[in-house]
Amino acid sequence: MTAPAATPTGAGSPPELAPGRGFRPLAAVGRLFAPLPGAVALFGEHIILLARALIWLFRRPFRLRLFLDQMEFVGVGSLPIIMLVGFFTGAVTALQAILALSLFEQQRYVGFGVGISLARELAPVFTALMVTARAGSGMATELASMRITEQVDALTTFAVNPVQYLVSPRLVASALMLPVLCMVFNILGLIGGYVVAIISYQIDLGQVLELFRHGVDPIDYIQGLIKAFFFGVTMATCSCYQGLNVRGGAKEVGLATTRAVVSTSVTVLVLDYLLIQIMNVLFPYGGM
Amino acid sequence: MADDPSARDERWQIRIRDLHKSFGAQQVLRGVNLDIERGRINIIIGGSGQGKSVLMKHLMGLMAPDRGQIYVDGQDIIGLGDVAIAKIQRKFGMVFQYAALFDSLNVVENIAFPLLERYHLPKQEVLERVRDLLTRLDLAGMSGVEQKFPAELSGGMRKRVGLARALIDRPEILLYDEPTTGLDPIATKNVDEMIRRTADDFGVTSVVISHDMASTFRIGDRIAMLYEGVIVASGERREILAAPNPVLREFVETSGAVHFGGGAS
Repeated sequence: MTAPAATPTGAGSPPELAPGRGFRPLAAVGRLFAPLPGAVALFGEHIILLARALIWLFRRPFRLRLFLDQMEFVGVGSLPIIMLVGFFTGAVTALQAILALSLFEQQRYVGFGVGISLARELAPVFTALMVTARAGSGMATELASMRITEQVDALTTFAVNPVQYLVSPRLVASALMLPVLCMVFNILGLIGGYVVAIISYQIDLGQVLELFRHGVDPIDYIQGLIKAFFFGVTMATCSCYQGLNVRGGAKEVGLATTRAVVSTSVTVLVLDYLLIQIMNVLFPYGGM
Repeated sequence: MADDPSARDERWQIRIRDLHKSFGAQQVLRGVNLDIERGRINIIIGGSGQGKSVLMKHLMGLMAPDRGQIYVDGQDIIGLGDVAIAKIQRKFGMVFQYAALFDSLNVVENIAFPLLERYHLPKQEVLERVRDLLTRLDLAGMSGVEQKFPAELSGGMRKRVGLARALIDRPEILLYDEPTTGLDPIATKNVDEMIRRTADDFGVTSVVISHDMASTFRIGDRIAMLYEGVIVASGERREILAAPNPVLREFVETSGAVHFGGGAS
C-alpha cells in the first residue's frame, strides 16, 4: 500500500503513524477516499440496471402475468405484516405522544401528532423497511439462485432478456405496491393510535378525531406516498442488482440477500432525507 | 483450413477463427480455431478453468469476444444486433450442466417455454409437441410427470426435461455443457445414449464440452482439446487415438479411461 517514491521514513514505522517528514497529508486524504471510485461505479451500475429495466418495460412482448405475480408477491404477501406493524407503530406513537403532551396538558393533540408523523414519515419508511425485509430479500434470493443455477443464462438462450423478464416486473410491482401498502399502514396506524387513546387514557375522543382531521392535510399523505413510490423503486433496483450479480454458490446467495437488505435500508434512509428536502421546496409546509 | 470460412459449407456448420477473450488480466481464450461438423457429435475436452464454458457461451452469442470470428452456416455472428443474433440463437438448443430448469414452472411449462416466448402458437399445438417430445425421450411413462416441478424430479429426469426444452424448437445445433458431471456410471451411460440417440434421431449437430474421458471416447465422432486457451488437437476419434498430441495423451491417460497404442478400451 505504500506509495512509490516516498520520502524515506524510519525503518519499520508505517508512514500513517509517523507524522514527521514522511507524512504526506495528500496521500492520507487519498487513502481516505480510495473506496470512492468503487462506490461511484456501484451506484452507476444500479442506475444502469434501473434504466435498462425502464427501457425494457416498453418493449414487446408484454407479459402481464409476470407483473401480476409480482404485485401479488410484493403487495398481497406483505399485507399481514404491514397491518401488524402499522397498528403497533400507531399505538406506540400515540403512547409516547400522550406522555410528552401530558407535560403541557395537551393530550388532545395526539390525533394530530400521530396522523402527521405516520403520513409524512413513519408509514413510508417503515413500510419500505418491512417490505424490504420480506419481499426485497425474497427477490434477491430468488434471482441469485436463478443466476447460480444458470436459469438466467437459460433465459438468454431463448432470446428472452433477463432484465425485461425478471427486473421490470419486480420494479413496477414494487413501485406501485409500496404506496398502497403505505396507505394501509397509515390506516392501521391511526386505528392503533385511536385504540390507545380510548383504552389507556382519559382523552376526549371527539377532539382526537377533530384535530386529526384539521391537522393532517392531504398533501401530507401525498408526500408520504411519493416517498413510498421511490422507496419501492430503490428496493427493486438494489435487490435485483444484488441477485443478478452473484457469483459462486449457496454462501454467496446468502451474502447477496444480506447486501440487498442492507443497501436498500441505507439507501431508503438517505433518500428519505433528500426527498424531504426536495418536497419542502415543492410543497411548503403549512402546519396547522 | 485454407478455405473461406464465410462461405456456407456442407461439412462444417460452425467455424471458429482466432477467438480471443480475456477477463481483466486473465486471458481465457488465446486464439481458438475450430470447426464443428454438421450432424455429428463434436466433443471439446479440457481441464477445469480452461475456458470450455466461455467458448460455448461465445458460440451462442451469449458473450462477445475481444477479437476473432465465429461463422455459423457461413454467417459471422460477432457484432450482430439483437434481432439478428436472436435469429441465430434459434438454431441452437442448449442443455445446461444442471439442466437450469425454471423452478417456478412445471415440466410442461418448462419445455414449452421457448415456443411460447418465440411464437404465437395455439395452446393445443404446443401441448401436442411437448407430449410428443416427452414420449420420444421416454418421459411420458411416469404418472403425473407433466405437472411436476423441477424440485420433484431426479437428476437424470431433470437432464432429460432440459434436453426436451432444448429440442422443442427443433434446433439444428445442440450444445451440451458437461452433461455427465455429477452422475453415477449408470446414469452417465444413460446420458451418453441419450446424446447418441438424439444426434441420430433428430439429426442435430451436437457440441459437447466435457472432461469425462470415458464418455468422450464412447460417443464422440470428433474430438478437440482446449488447453491454455487454444485448441491443441482436433480430429476424428480414430485420428486422435492413432496420433495423440502429448498434452492430450497425458490428460486422457491420467483419467485411466483410454489407453493409447492398443486402441480404445
